[in-house]
Amino acid sequence: MPSSQPKVLRWLLARGAALQFMHTVLSKRKLSPNVTRLDVLAERIAAIRLPGQFVIVRRGDGAERIPLTIADSDEKAGSITLVIQAVGKSTRELVALDPGEVIQDISGPLGKPTELAEAGHALCIGGGVGTAVVHPIAQGLFRRGVRVTSVIGGRSKEWVIFEEELRRLGEVVVCTDDGSYGRKGFVTDAAKDLFAAGGVNVVYAIGPVPMMRAVAGLTRPLGIHTIVSLNPVMVDGTGMCGGCRVSIGGETKFACVDGPEFDGHKVDFDLLWDRLGTYRKHEEHSLTRHEEACRIGLQKPEGY
Amino acid sequence: MNFKTTAKERLQINRQRMPEQDPIARASNFQEVNLGFTEHLAMLEARRCLQCREARCVAGCPVTVNIPHFIKCVSEGNFAAAAESLLRDNALPAVTGRVCPQETQCEIECVRGHKGAPVAIGYLERFVADWARHSQISTAGRREPATGRKIAVVGSGPAGLTAAGELAHMGHEVTIYEALHKPGGVLVYGIPEFRLPKKIVQDEVRRLQRGGVKIECNVVIGRTYTLQELRGRFDGIFIANGAGLPVFMNVPGEHLKGVYSANEYLTRVNLMEAYEFPRADTPVLVGKRVAVVGGGNVAMDAARTAKRVGADKSVIVYRRTLQEMPARAEEVSHAGHEGIAFEFLAAPVEALGNKDRWVTGLKCQRMKLGEPDASGRRGPVPIPGSEFVIECELVIVAIGSRANPLLTSTCPDLKLDKRGNIVVDANGMTSLPGVFAGGDIVRGAATVILAMGDGKRAARAIDVYLKQG
Ligand SMILES: Cc1cc2nc3c(=O)[nH]c(=O)nc-3n(C[C@H](O)[C@H](O)[C@H](O)COP(=O)(O)OP(=O)(O)OC[C@H]3O[C@@H](n4cnc5c(N)ncnc54)[C@H](O)[C@@H]3O)c2cc1C
Ligand code: SF4
Repeated sequence: MPSSQPKVLRWLLARGAALQFMHTVLSKRKLSPNVTRLDVLAERIAAIRLPGQFVIVRRGDGAERIPLTIADSDEKAGSITLVIQAVGKSTRELVALDPGEVIQDISGPLGKPTELAEAGHALCIGGGVGTAVVHPIAQGLFRRGVRVTSVIGGRSKEWVIFEEELRRLGEVVVCTDDGSYGRKGFVTDAAKDLFAAGGVNVVYAIGPVPMMRAVAGLTRPLGIHTIVSLNPVMVDGTGMCGGCRVSIGGETKFACVDGPEFDGHKVDFDLLWDRLGTYRKHEEHSLTRHEEACRIGLQKPEGY
Repeated sequence: MNFKTTAKERLQINRQRMPEQDPIARASNFQEVNLGFTEHLAMLEARRCLQCREARCVAGCPVTVNIPHFIKCVSEGNFAAAAESLLRDNALPAVTGRVCPQETQCEIECVRGHKGAPVAIGYLERFVADWARHSQISTAGRREPATGRKIAVVGSGPAGLTAAGELAHMGHEVTIYEALHKPGGVLVYGIPEFRLPKKIVQDEVRRLQRGGVKIECNVVIGRTYTLQELRGRFDGIFIANGAGLPVFMNVPGEHLKGVYSANEYLTRVNLMEAYEFPRADTPVLVGKRVAVVGGGNVAMDAARTAKRVGADKSVIVYRRTLQEMPARAEEVSHAGHEGIAFEFLAAPVEALGNKDRWVTGLKCQRMKLGEPDASGRRGPVPIPGSEFVIECELVIVAIGSRANPLLTSTCPDLKLDKRGNIVVDANGMTSLPGVFAGGDIVRGAATVILAMGDGKRAARAIDVYLKQG
């Protein structure tokens, strides 16, 4: 156990906490300039989570509830893997946690599990942090004997994540915008070539909204079933608030309970993209304040 | 004070007014609006009670609080006796004294209401409950010896809390599973601080925990554990997961930025403390002009909250009139004093937006009241060509909530009615033996006191069920 444990324990006991509910960070690794992997204790979730499911995480008092996909789990260690892109104040604070520190609340596993193909050839496309989300899906497919090809991408070499893990499950095509690693270009370019080669039965595309929209645009005329994972603003994750409503084939659905994965050909991506901007101003404001606090030493900066 | 007041003297006392925060000051803070009776006011008000032999008020109360008795104790200044009597009948009087619709339950039955104002039963209940809280009196009494039987309660709203308290008291080992990170249900995520301070709910939860009830938050039944798994591990189950599924208007523009369900809006502000943003991390949109659709308590809470977080104009849009509004009378009057505007006989037909897809207004249609239907309620009828626009930066939809299917859809054997509510028998038992249900998941969105009544009844039925089994 990490050396910071006693401090954490004291903190826990001071709060009269029941230890079994405590979600201790076991390890932390930086995967790319702004993506960090945390392995966190959450025994029950580790034991039953299925591909495509997510958790809602609340770091501590006053913190936001943030939905995060479960990228992996280790049932023996009782831990789940969270892969976090540090974009705003809340995510930066999460990745600033050190091993031994604790996340107060983790609820889940939430959402419907991925609809996994039974056979054939699946293309798993991951953009940026979405690559971590596509990983458990590829894992699930691989375990069923489905042939998996992964297409993953990032701005440049240092932004490519989960390559090694995905290589264990099948062929991997890496794309970088600047050509510093793998193929130069977007994941959609590589996907196009693979579609041209034929044989792909199903596509799982997870990443930024413009990427998912582009992939769905490619597969629609080809009639290849395409599943995407949506990340709208969410609060409770149980269908109580309706903040995560999305439009699927003209019908209103709640991503937290009806999704987060949907038929990419039916998703209204414009609406999703637009609603994701609801709190942009708030996020900027929070972040500026956070950075200010870090600068003058009021707040612990990210741990690296 | 002379306790032997004659009926004539009693009749001469007028209903005491609840001291409250100044309307202008309170419209920009989240402290409680009502300040509570002083001992003097409470005793004076209590002396208005005629101590009827056949007290009709008691029959009006869903949990049959012995109203005349506790009020008599108050009139005599014996607050400890009042508290003991009240707490025996009602597990959460500090809550119900604040949120019960007294004007349609106990107070409507009060004979003093025939000529003048009824006895302020709710205010007195609140007074006694607060007195007991401050004097740290709880009449939990002695817990029965441990039975070794294990019960799971799903949801920590008023139904779940009440059932858990009763069951623990009977000696059973009770675990509450709550989906959110904080227990209390609507009492913490829906009803705002200015109407029901969170401290009251917190104290209540602590009291239950001291009494042996285990509460596990962040556990979503249907996801973290299935109901079937719980059935394997527990001897009895009480489902009280509420009616947490927001109903939307189904009109164009509902997905514009700035259109909220009341559930989301209130959850952000209450549970996530967005009114403290950026001190608390969760944001909430602030509109200078806010339109709230609906006429119930939820609509009042949303409109008054909007005002408190910074709206200059907050208007309630309701398709019927003041008389038909289902909200508590006191909330409607408080809202009025705080400057909330009312647009009656109006129904939204579209949310309007600008090119950046932010909401800019709510297009409504005028209504008139039609002939009374079978239930005697006059339905709203649209007047053609009567459209008008309420300009606003925020629309909050508070037109009701339905049963949340998350749990029930993962348990096909559980019998539901056509609206998705769980069907129970007279004892509160569902179609699955040993599984009971109550509160909003059975009744549809109802009231705190009805949910508590269900919790209490189910606890007794579970106890009987376990003894038989
Ligand atoms: C804004 C608002 C104002 C109101 N004002 C009043 C008022 O003034 N007076 C009045 O009498 N009534 C009022 N009501 C109605 C009243 O609050 C409800 O009728 C009452 O709370 C119902 O109690 P309950 O225990 O059935 O459910 P709830 O209070 O809804 O509690 C259910 C709990 O179960 C949890 N849960 C849900 N699903 C799961 C799951 N799958 N697993 C685990 N936990 C789960 C929820 O998170 C929640 O905490 C108001 C309601 C709202 C929303
Ligand atoms: S519980 Fe509600 S209805 Fe019953 S006496 Fe108290 S305020 Fe009146």
